[in-house]
Amino acid sequence: MEFQSCVKIINEWDIVAARQLGRNVAKELGFGTVDQARITTAISELARNIYLYAGQGRVCIEKLYENGKSGLLIIASDEGPGIPDVRKVMEDGFSTSGGLGAGLPGVKRLMDEFDLDTNVGKGTEIRATKWLR
Amino acid sequence: MNELVYKYIRDNRNNILDNWIINMREKADERLIKVVSDEMFARTSSEFIDMITTRLTDNGQEFLNRLTDFAEKVVRLGWPLTFVNEGLREFSRITFEGMMDTGLVNQDNQMDIIYDFDSFMTPMNNEIVNMYSQTWEKTVSLQKIALQELSAPLIPVLDRITVMPLVGTIDTERAKQIMENLLQGVVKHRSEVVLIDITGVPVVDTMVAHHIIQAAEAVRLVGAHCMLCGIRPEIAQTIVNLGINLNEITTKNSLQKGIEAALEITSRKIVEMEEMEE
Repeated sequence: MEFQSCVKIINEWDIVAARQLGRNVAKELGFGTVDQARITTAISELARNIYLYAGQGRVCIEKLYENGKSGLLIIASDEGPGIPDVRKVMEDGFSTSGGLGAGLPGVKRLMDEFDLDTNVGKGTEIRATKWLR
Repeated sequence: MNELVYKYIRDNRNNILDNWIINMREKADERLIKVVSDEMFARTSSEFIDMITTRLTDNGQEFLNRLTDFAEKVVRLGWPLTFVNEGLREFSRITFEGMMDTGLVNQDNQMDIIYDFDSFMTPMNNEIVNMYSQTWEKTVSLQKIALQELSAPLIPVLDRITVMPLVGTIDTERAKQIMENLLQGVVKHRSEVVLIDITGVPVVDTMVAHHIIQAAEAVRLVGAHCMLCGIRPEIAQTIVNLGINLNEITTKNSLQKGIEAALEITSRKIVEMEEMEE
């Protein structure tokens, strides 16, 4: 049983749309308010990264059901410039845009599983999962 | 447009109208039937045909005005653009096929008539699309203005203490306004303490936090204190998870606590009346 819905990220307001979608799915799955806030914040970070660095891409939200557990999977994908130094962007405080540099490491801490797949010049796909406890 | 076509439309008005309504009703889905009532659809369709048939007697300008009125009307009725466009296409198809069947269109004049149809229908299509997009653009720009009006108000609550309640999503545009209003207000109201209340902000991500930190820093530079209030428990947890350092900013969980602390900073406090009398 799988269920996926996507939001295209083209302008800043699409970030809000992606967040809304994530919050609704999280609510449906029965996540508490704290986890809902974690999930929406993670989506917000990932969607903003797409908007800022790749220009456009998409954020998909998937419901997971595995071994009697249910969870929520965020897939943020783009065909942007990719990330040249993955180790660096996972460090706290590293930012190329003058931001706080807490985005990607922050998302990793907000979620339970985090997987980053990037190809310079081809694009980036980030998959992050939160399991319902 | 060709006199032949006009004549055909005029003579077969009712026939075309009936066919048109039947065909469009078939195309309409559930959602549409709610928006477009039978009676309204029949009336509007008949008005449309009237408009076309009077094209011959009216001059160009007159027709254009009527067309604009018609476009305004369908927009006001809230009919979806795809439906109206489909309607126009269907109309020309019915008319053209009708003319073929009666033999008015033959091998020789076929191309001329098609061309006529096209040059006649295109401006109508354009006008309707234009009217729709104008309406949408107007709505969007009005909403933008409305949003700006409520985006970042600064309220002087007590002497030297001001509050900026933030409600809703903070985007780059708003963040800029928050900063401007905050600094202008601090100077204008001679505030010593500014409280930013984020009870109504649904998500605090790194960008929002970054803007708040910058705003607080700027407030500090103009010589005032900046305090952050209304941090809900779940927001506090996400801020910690994100690893955002808010050590530089005084934070309080509610606006009330914030105001008490602000009074303390300005060496004042709220006391009960009985105490005063003693």
